[in-house]
Amino acid sequence: MKVTVLVRPKDGILDPQGEAIDRSLQGLGYASRGVRAGKVFDLELDAATAADARKAASELADAVLANALIEQFEVIVHDG
Amino acid sequence: MVTFPGTCDDRDAIRAVEICGGEAVPLWHGDDDLRQVDGVFLPGGFSYGDHLRCGAIASHSPVMAAVRDFAAMGGPVLGVCNGFQVLCEAGLLPGILQRNHHGRFNCLEADLVVERTAAWTGDAAPGTVLRVPVKHGEGAWYAPDDAVERIEASGQVVLRYADDINGAAGRVAGVCNEAGNVFGLMPHPEHAVDPLLGSTDGRSIVGGLVGLAAVVGT
Repeated sequence: MKVTVLVRPKDGILDPQGEAIDRSLQGLGYASRGVRAGKVFDLELDAATAADARKAASELADAVLANALIEQFEVIVHDG
Repeated sequence: MVTFPGTCDDRDAIRAVEICGGEAVPLWHGDDDLRQVDGVFLPGGFSYGDHLRCGAIASHSPVMAAVRDFAAMGGPVLGVCNGFQVLCEAGLLPGILQRNHHGRFNCLEADLVVERTAAWTGDAAPGTVLRVPVKHGEGAWYAPDDAVERIEASGQVVLRYADDINGAAGRVAGVCNEAGNVFGLMPHPEHAVDPLLGSTDGRSIVGGLVGLAAVVGT
């Protein structure tokens, strides 16, 4: 089953990468007013149901893909 | 001396351990036992390419399971730069290393202020300044405010940058666990052990590990 995990910096946590991108966009003349940079993981999981896939993805995101000190994650299951 | 794929400071660190009177035993990331060493050195570099987050994948490697057991039994563990990041990702040290707040790579000699007397800094008196090279892009130590307060109160901050070079909370350069047997820092003491390279201040830190390991060995 296809699952997407989105990992973002937690609210209030400094994101130097996003800030650098924001500054560059502004320098290029774009109307950027703040960027937060995260990561996208598209996974193919061995799971029987959407609920199983969500549970498995949440577990691996919590254990490996995201560090809860500074990051939050969101799981999207592409059912069917 | 643990080598992960992508570690690059292990040879300098082996030499530093030897200069400080220790014997270095090479360990590989896939090893599941520590060959009866009395101390563990996790050197700097870019373990597993630092993909995902610095030190994140290495923190799940087989050798780290053994390091975790070793640390739990009170064995001394030193992590430098990427090794520090691995220890934080493994949960053996508090906090995490963020990208430098100014967004630039740091390559300089930093003055580190000894915060409290500890074996990790060769029992140097508080206020002693050690000059040690730093080279990192992700060196800003971060922990939530309440955790920082707790860590400061329990005396876990061992070294502080004299100047704010990367945005680290409390200018923390090196921190130990509550028990005091696991210590990590971003600066590179193994690059400061030979007068030819301008400073030998790193000897107190590498020597700190060798000294603690000698106690374990007896």
